[in-house]
Amino acid sequence: MAATEVSAPAETAAIELEIPSRPEYIGLARLVVSSLASGRRSLADDRIDDLKLAVSEACTNAIEAHAGVAIDDRVVIRWSEEDDRLEVAVCDQGHGFDPAALPEHPPITDPDRLNFERGLGIPLIRTLVDEVEFATSSAGTSVRLVMFCGPAGDPSADIATDDAEL
Amino acid sequence: MDLGLDVSEHGATTVLSVRGEVDVYTAPRLREKLVELVSQGKHTIVIDLEAVDFLDSTGLGVLVGGLKRARSHEGELSLVCTQHRILKVFEITGLTRVFAIHDSVDGAVAAAD
Repeated sequence: MAATEVSAPAETAAIELEIPSRPEYIGLARLVVSSLASGRRSLADDRIDDLKLAVSEACTNAIEAHAGVAIDDRVVIRWSEEDDRLEVAVCDQGHGFDPAALPEHPPITDPDRLNFERGLGIPLIRTLVDEVEFATSSAGTSVRLVMFCGPAGDPSADIATDDAEL
Repeated sequence: MDLGLDVSEHGATTVLSVRGEVDVYTAPRLREKLVELVSQGKHTIVIDLEAVDFLDSTGLGVLVGGLKRARSHEGELSLVCTQHRILKVFEITGLTRVFAIHDSVDGAVAAAD
């Protein structure tokens, strides 16, 4: 990191990755995000796995949103970090959705539960990251995923704890 | 991104060993393989997830569909998994109560017999 960036705390370095709106590129998004996150030594490996899965789910939804309205705009993955957090925004140009109106599944032990193969992505995202925000409209959706962690280079400062009780 | 799918027979049980990453790109191949096995009359299936590096909700959905398919033929589909990061996805979604999850192929095959 250049010394000039360190001396300008108001400016957070952001990295943008644009991927073609096709499933075969989601692995690349996972790779880039986990690689960037592993630079943050205070973030435990299992938390990096959580972020990676959340990003993957958001990218899957973004690509499906594009496919649903037959557009092939790129999906943008925007990485930024601050002293206490990492943030990944996954942005699409689909027609939006209502995150509060997801179809409900039958109870988990109900045999009818097996008729539902979809709809697990958003609940997973909500559980995996520390903070999530869905900004969605008919012009597109931006899913902001936040992981709290200690400052770069300080492994003792991880303020986030994993949900070991799950 | 590579998805490995190896089939082996253990008595009346078919073991499908999955290797690599299971996501929206690779999950259709897993689905096809499960459909193929069931259509060949292999209704007692153990899916070994020990060599899976990554599993997302699409992969979970395919496993749920496979279980439904096996049960519709009076069969069963169980899993082998000891990796914390993979098990966690089943735990979060409650699917640990839907699938029998074993810690070894031998244990899963013995339970299926």
